[in-house]
Amino acid sequence: MKIDTGATAWMLAAAALVLLMTPGLAFFYGGMTRAKSVLNMMMMSFGAIISVTILWVLFGHSIAFTDNGSSFANKFIGGFDAVGLKGVATQVSEGLLKDQSDNIPTMVFSMFQLTFAIITVALISGAIADRAKFGAWMTFTVAWATLVYFPVAHWVWGTGWLNKLGIEDFAGGTVVHVNAGAAGLALAFVLGRRRGWPKEPMRPHNLPFVLLGVGLLWFGWFGFNAGSELAVDGTTGLAFMNTQIATAVAAGAWALVEKLRDGHATTLGVASGAVAGLVAITPACGFVDPWAAIVLGAIAGTVCAYAIGLKYKLGYDDSLDVVGVHLVGGAIGALSLGFLAAYPFLPDQHKGLFYGGGAHQLGLQALGPVVIGLYSFVMAWIIGQIIDKTIGFRISADDEAAGIDVTAHAETAYDLTPAGGGASRAAVTGTAAPRPVSPDKKVEAEA
Amino acid sequence: MKLITAVIKPFKLDEVKAALETFGVKGMTVSEASGYGRQKGHTEVYRGAEYKVDLVPKLRVEVLVDAEDADDIIDVIVKAARTDKIGDGKVWAVPVDTVVRVRTGETGPEAL
Repeated sequence: MKIDTGATAWMLAAAALVLLMTPGLAFFYGGMTRAKSVLNMMMMSFGAIISVTILWVLFGHSIAFTDNGSSFANKFIGGFDAVGLKGVATQVSEGLLKDQSDNIPTMVFSMFQLTFAIITVALISGAIADRAKFGAWMTFTVAWATLVYFPVAHWVWGTGWLNKLGIEDFAGGTVVHVNAGAAGLALAFVLGRRRGWPKEPMRPHNLPFVLLGVGLLWFGWFGFNAGSELAVDGTTGLAFMNTQIATAVAAGAWALVEKLRDGHATTLGVASGAVAGLVAITPACGFVDPWAAIVLGAIAGTVCAYAIGLKYKLGYDDSLDVVGVHLVGGAIGALSLGFLAAYPFLPDQHKGLFYGGGAHQLGLQALGPVVIGLYSFVMAWIIGQIIDKTIGFRISADDEAAGIDVTAHAETAYDLTPAGGGASRAAVTGTAAPRPVSPDKKVEAEA
Repeated sequence: MKLITAVIKPFKLDEVKAALETFGVKGMTVSEASGYGRQKGHTEVYRGAEYKVDLVPKLRVEVLVDAEDADDIIDVIVKAARTDKIGDGKVWAVPVDTVVRVRTGETGPEAL
């Protein structure tokens, strides 16, 4: 089958853009932690890149995006024909347009989808900052991606049951954000609060990192949203523009809430609002008119700015607000389609309530976040409990007090003192390379 | 000999340094410090959560001087560091027994 070179070129770029979001997330989250745990926070994102990439090759692609031989089983899980990405290299994904103007190599589609799986898993880590054993986190990424993300992607974006029902999720408001947010909430319960939370101050240690991370996320999100058309056409452009609109509006809305409520518009507020807008427009970006993107951005920025306060009222330590931003923002976006879906390029779809489409689509759009949120929450809680009861999910109280960077990774993020913290070279064991004493003069390794 | 220690507002360093140089002081040690006196701290807000930050950033300026100059130098520092607002800091002096210049081994007032 002929491939479309323009669409393929765009999808290659889009996949790279989405992958960049995960290091961006590492900066976004890392800046919000205290200085003693920034490396662990960033490592959880990079750890997800490692484990999910391997799983994707082994069976992730196959479970999510191939059809199961049994039509009943196919409602819930894909097949195993493409285990190890067998045969994928020579396949072509036929596009929606059926005129071959959007056929792309299946390997490109697979790479694009892999980057979604990675960031969804990485998003969860924000709920458990400062206190999760790294090995336990890596175990969790394997179990959750396998039991939750791959099947859920099949339900909605593959040929599974929610897709057949007609639930719309353009780029992942439900599959990615509600899914990750619900898992984050479950892990916040499994691990419990950080020592001293909420009495001790746990201020973000590097707000410029947070803004850098948001910049990378925003940039990468164009690949995430516009790329989700899997082609280059009018919808791609609409998704691109709507992403920009909702994000800018939500960042402004969050800052405005802060100014009116707390007295100051903050950089963290603008950063958080931008992410809330990105999350909320994700399921809707290809389906709504630009004016609706303004409305959606304003709602998401305002509601999420209040939703993050819930954890203090309810007493769970969702450290970096995965629930308040991703679960709530994703659900707002999914629901918004029930009201605002205009489908300028899909005339046969059930439009939203405001376009005279009735309540049909609204019901479906409410069903998605509820079903997927519940499934993800329950599975993450069970996986988390099993890990906690076997290898232990949480580091010791002493290690947490000392800082997880040093105790889990034997590293310190910042050495800003002229005395270097008094560090001196330990005896050479032969297992680690000697550290250079000056840029020009290296220490000879002792045999 | 005396060691004069001044805790001052960070933005006052240039004026204090210039005044000390004009007086003839040859050297000083400056370090970053945090603390509070009557000024106390301020409030910061992150995602709607308020944090009271008690420790205010200050600079600590240390000068080794001849005992007979100490009062004059304290006067110079106080004049240069003053803004008449709360949080201007403190200056104090303590006697010093021994001072050695590391490079030459000179001791006492010669080493100042």
